[in-house]
Amino acid sequence: MNIYVLLKRTFDTEEKIAINDGRIEEEGAEFIINPYDEYAVEEAINLRDEHGGEVTVVTIGEEESEKQLRTALAMGADKAVLINTEDDLEDGDQYTTVKILEAFFEDKEADIILAGNVAIDEASGQVGPRLAERLDIPYVTTITSISVDGETVQIERDVEGDVEKVETSLPLLVTCQQGLNEPRYPSLPGIMKAKKKPLEELELDDLDLDEDDVEAKTKTVDIFLPPEKEAGKVLEGEIDDQVKELVSLLRNEAKVL
Amino acid sequence: MGKRMLVIGESREGALRNVTFEAIAAAKQISPDGEVVGVLCGEGDLAEQGNEMIYYGADRVITVSDEKLKTYTSEGYGQAIKAVIDDESPEGIVMGHTAVGKDLTPKLASKLETGLISDVTEVSSEGGNIIFTRPIYSGKAFEKKMITDGIVFATIRPNNIASLDRDDSRTGEVTTKDVDIADLRTIIKDIIRKGSEGVDLSESKVIVAGGRGVKSAEGFEPLEELAEVLGGAVGASRGACDAGYCDYSLQIGQTGKVVTPDLYIAAGISGAIQHLAGMSNSKVIVAINKDPEANIFNVADYGIVGDLFEVVPKLIEEIKQIKVNA
Ligand SMILES: Cc1cc2nc3c(=O)[nH]c(=O)nc-3n(C[C@H](O)[C@H](O)[C@H](O)COP(=O)(O)OP(=O)(O)OC[C@H]3O[C@@H](n4cnc5c(N)ncnc54)[C@H](O)[C@@H]3O)c2cc1C
Ligand SMILES: Cc1cc2nc3c(=O)[nH]c(=O)nc-3n(C[C@H](O)[C@H](O)[C@H](O)COP(=O)(O)OP(=O)(O)OC[C@H]3O[C@@H](n4cnc5c(N)ncnc54)[C@H](O)[C@@H]3O)c2cc1C
Repeated sequence: MNIYVLLKRTFDTEEKIAINDGRIEEEGAEFIINPYDEYAVEEAINLRDEHGGEVTVVTIGEEESEKQLRTALAMGADKAVLINTEDDLEDGDQYTTVKILEAFFEDKEADIILAGNVAIDEASGQVGPRLAERLDIPYVTTITSISVDGETVQIERDVEGDVEKVETSLPLLVTCQQGLNEPRYPSLPGIMKAKKKPLEELELDDLDLDEDDVEAKTKTVDIFLPPEKEAGKVLEGEIDDQVKELVSLLRNEAKVL
Repeated sequence: MGKRMLVIGESREGALRNVTFEAIAAAKQISPDGEVVGVLCGEGDLAEQGNEMIYYGADRVITVSDEKLKTYTSEGYGQAIKAVIDDESPEGIVMGHTAVGKDLTPKLASKLETGLISDVTEVSSEGGNIIFTRPIYSGKAFEKKMITDGIVFATIRPNNIASLDRDDSRTGEVTTKDVDIADLRTIIKDIIRKGSEGVDLSESKVIVAGGRGVKSAEGFEPLEELAEVLGGAVGASRGACDAGYCDYSLQIGQTGKVVTPDLYIAAGISGAIQHLAGMSNSKVIVAINKDPEANIFNVADYGIVGDLFEVVPKLIEEIKQIKVNA
């Protein structure tokens, strides 16, 4: 099987967030593979081990994204592609991202593309379905199990807690939800091997695209932190009194009872 | 002349979800003097639901009914709604940021080659531009976005933009449109409903949520009782779901439901970022946790450091008391 994974390098949102000059401060921040894309990498490796073929991990990003690609290779992916837009583009949105991915996939004959269901930073969840539409292949979002038999694919997906059983066929794009699997940690030999695995770097030019083709349809005009919440009131005293005080506060101060 | 706005309605077990009405209100904020056209897909007669959309502010409604639209699929709904878009040429589209909205709208935006601003919590107008506010970075920050090219397309987070009051004296045309739906490549074989009957967590005004600290399925009973006296619903953290204390359909957070109730009571929940991503926008947050260092206290308006099994029953009694006195 010709298996592809879409991987985004993201800011670790467990970290403290600060804003500098209208942008999220990246200096000193921790960057990770988007957690939902880790599920995608893990599932891709499992599908390859079961059905044969090759796993290629693709990211649009910058030079630093190589680190996350190497991690995916160390987990067991076979090849990586970095579409580096650092020199060509300043702004972009989901439309931009998908335009680039569409051009990349044009001649790839992918059997299955696995993405995360959402990126934890910008969190639109648009990239997977948007790309499937451009490639004119079916897609299934928020999957929690998948099995492939020939061309036929059986999937379970999470729909706000309900389980939907879906049958579809290859070629296909899926987006991964928590519960699909437990992503492995890269092993030491895996890390050594990853250093020698192929990592191809492309620029817009290589995809026959120029800046105008991928111009964003939306623009961010401001980024801000939520208004500093007054430190919450941690009540004190006997539990009985705390409960009374809480109810009184909820009624008279917060006015929610 | 205002813009013509299309609002994609969504129903659940035969009734429209509240977020549909909120989407109508959002469409009116985007285009105050425009026309709001509702669109509904499903099977059978959808006229009654169409009228509901009118009562909540839509000017007219187009329904597409077909047996292939009985359950939602992106392909089926995509074809139906694309046909309506082709007829109506709307200048804007609004839908709820629900499982269906998240699945469907990127497909439509991609087909139309337009921008899409997802998971909006506020619509405003600044210097002639329509500005959408949305949470980013797991709710730790917000961004304001606008569409720079093409139609205005957004999904809205449930329970953030108030719907208009229902007015059943409003009238408007509800028409049906026939769409020839091509065969679907994706078939829904079965849906196993896990959600507790009737309550839609994302629409609930009060939520009492339990975490791993609840310790067992029975441990959820006091939380259920508290939710009941408050007229709310029960939710849970991933920790509680993974431990098997409750069903995954109750899960709140990044992978679960995103909720914005007026009152959120977190009992025995530590406050991991993935949990906060689903509830930190709640209007008032109460934390009950025996660990004074628990992160949940950092987002709580009110906190009680203590054993939930002691605190929750007392809370139930106290609330019952004030209800009797009221
Ligand atoms: C040239 C360029 C410039 C940009 N400039 C800015 C900017 O100035 N400010 C800003 O905030 N954002 C910028 N972006 C990022 C962009 O706005 C979105 O973050 C991006 O389109 C992904 O959307 P999302 O984060 O909502 O991902 P989602 O749609 O939530 O992601 C879902 C899944 O899609 C896949 N995916 C998402 N992004 C990528 C990727 N980059 N590579 C491979 N797979 C991916 C992953 O599998 C992910 O799990 C830029 C993007 C590009 C390409
Ligand atoms: C990709 C990804 C997605 C995730 N998505 C979600 C999500 O959507 N939602 C989610 O919730 N989590 C999610 N998680 C998991 C999250 O990281 C946490 O593991 C989870 O939220 C912890 O649940 P908890 O707070 O119930 O458990 P714990 O962290 O174990 O906390 C239990 C708390 O109960 C307290 N406690 C114990 N006994 C009592 C008592 N008797 N009285 C009062 N307090 C008591 C303890 O002090 C502790 O603070 C996700 C994780 C990942 C990696």
